[in-house]
Amino acid sequence: MDWSALKLSLELAAWTVLILLPIGIGVGRLLAVRQFSGKAWVEALLALPLVLPPTVLGYYLLVAMGGASPVGQFYESLVGRPLVFNFEGLLVASVIFNLPFAIQPIQRGFEAIAPEVRDAAACCGLSAWRTLWRIELPLAWSGLLSAVVLTFAHTLGEFGVVLMVGGNIPGETKTIAIAIYDRVQAFDNAGAGIMSAALLLISLVAIGAAYFASSRAPARRHG
Amino acid sequence: MAEQGIHVRLQQPVPIPLDAALDCAPGEVVALVGPSGSGKTSILRAIAGLLQVRQGTIRINGDTWFDAGQSVNLPARRRRVGYVFQNYALFPHLSALHNVMEALLEHAPAERERRAREALSRVRLAGLEQRLPRALSGGQQQRVAVARALAREPRVLLLDEPFSAVDRATRQRLYRELAELRRELAMPVILVTHDLDEALMLADRLCVLHQGRTLQTGTPHQVMTRPDSVEVAQLVGLRNVFRAGVIGHDEVRGITVIEWRGHRLEARLQPAFAAGQQVTWAIPQGHLILHRRDRPSLGERENPVSGAVIECISLGENVALTVAVNGPGRPPLFLNLPAHTARRNGIVAGVTIGISLLAEGIHLMPADESRTPARPA
Repeated sequence: MDWSALKLSLELAAWTVLILLPIGIGVGRLLAVRQFSGKAWVEALLALPLVLPPTVLGYYLLVAMGGASPVGQFYESLVGRPLVFNFEGLLVASVIFNLPFAIQPIQRGFEAIAPEVRDAAACCGLSAWRTLWRIELPLAWSGLLSAVVLTFAHTLGEFGVVLMVGGNIPGETKTIAIAIYDRVQAFDNAGAGIMSAALLLISLVAIGAAYFASSRAPARRHG
Repeated sequence: MAEQGIHVRLQQPVPIPLDAALDCAPGEVVALVGPSGSGKTSILRAIAGLLQVRQGTIRINGDTWFDAGQSVNLPARRRRVGYVFQNYALFPHLSALHNVMEALLEHAPAERERRAREALSRVRLAGLEQRLPRALSGGQQQRVAVARALAREPRVLLLDEPFSAVDRATRQRLYRELAELRRELAMPVILVTHDLDEALMLADRLCVLHQGRTLQTGTPHQVMTRPDSVEVAQLVGLRNVFRAGVIGHDEVRGITVIEWRGHRLEARLQPAFAAGQQVTWAIPQGHLILHRRDRPSLGERENPVSGAVIECISLGENVALTVAVNGPGRPPLFLNLPAHTARRNGIVAGVTIGISLLAEGIHLMPADESRTPARPA
């Protein structure tokens, strides 16, 4: 068992969830509540990581964040080291390829709230923040939970994008999915098997917990 | 004093056409009535600040909530409206008590709870404070919605079809409760309904709407018996609407005489219509008197007409008659009778009956140009 790879994967997944949750709430709510021209294109763009081969996405991220790109150069001048092939680069890539896994469930959660409930909150004198905190988030919580679980589990299992953007640097960018691949390449089937089982167990527990929680959620639609 | 109450003027051609004028005094109940899509809910939403209209003003007790010309548009949460939504729009994850407490944020927590409990007990929900909305019946949910709307001491109470989502028996009970409650209310109350009977029961005044336009505002009696136009007459369900010519006025006797299908009919004095003018006239059901076939009475001298019953439909305890006056092919007269009266008088399809059209009920309106002249009245 490559404990450092597992630790790195869990850290990456936790940071990705932490960063994507507020983004998911902001963008998901906007897409659920507002109508604007070009909305379908925005939704399509955000869903792109679902259908794009991970190597293609990884390639574009590598080009966009590499030392030759303005983003990469700016980051290097600021921090003193390149963005790609280290944890920060991996995190940026992870946030981007997980966008649909975070935004879509949250958007569905907000869409399921009857519009009159928001209107009622306004007529009760609730501020926009209080409406979000006290009314909308509790009603959309199963969407939030799905977003957290899907993002977390998907980050643990991602392979192509991680390999393209992060490479395979132990302790820095070598995640558990890459460690499994490494073990198989080295004909260490037992090691690969243990790590695969660990990954399977973590994912199953996470998804199972999410389904269990949402099955206990009361009917959210009212009236 | 003219500024007291709410004064609403709204105009816009699109996306929802509106041309509405509405005033409601403190303590008064005005019902917005009209068919689906006539703009009733849009007007309510505009008053609440949930819908922005292109032009117009909304003023309440001298304060301006909305003035398109002055770019004034107070957001909904600062307008202090009590809004009871059609499906109540209770916060489904909060108990009845917390639903009401959300409307009391300006008070300290202890005071909020005290006031919320008081509001719930006022609508007879004491003991059910901790229930979630889904554990309450439709009628109880409606009462929570009313308690929440009133808790904030709103400057206007807006009720959007508040009785449509409950069964008939509950509705009858809620009517009585609202009628009792309104005696205590000091703010203007605007009720949206498509049910005319409901409006007649609860409102001081009716405001008839069609395609976003307010056609007539008046007491239920005025609107039901003296509609301003054929459109209003049809919207309030007056079926006996015909065309006639004005013969003249007799101010001494207080009558206006019209000619309808060869009959000289006496109507109450309506001098606004000149002799010789073509008019449309309407008569409510309550002003049609059936002549008893066995024993003629005095009232029968008033505008008697006769006609053949061409249709006789039983509607529970009533019978709906369609009567051809002066032959078929012309718009018939509609008459509702208690079933026992129809039975006692032997009224079935094919018999000829006599009817008096009471002068007091004959109401003249400008001639309806939209009706095809090819179809004689």
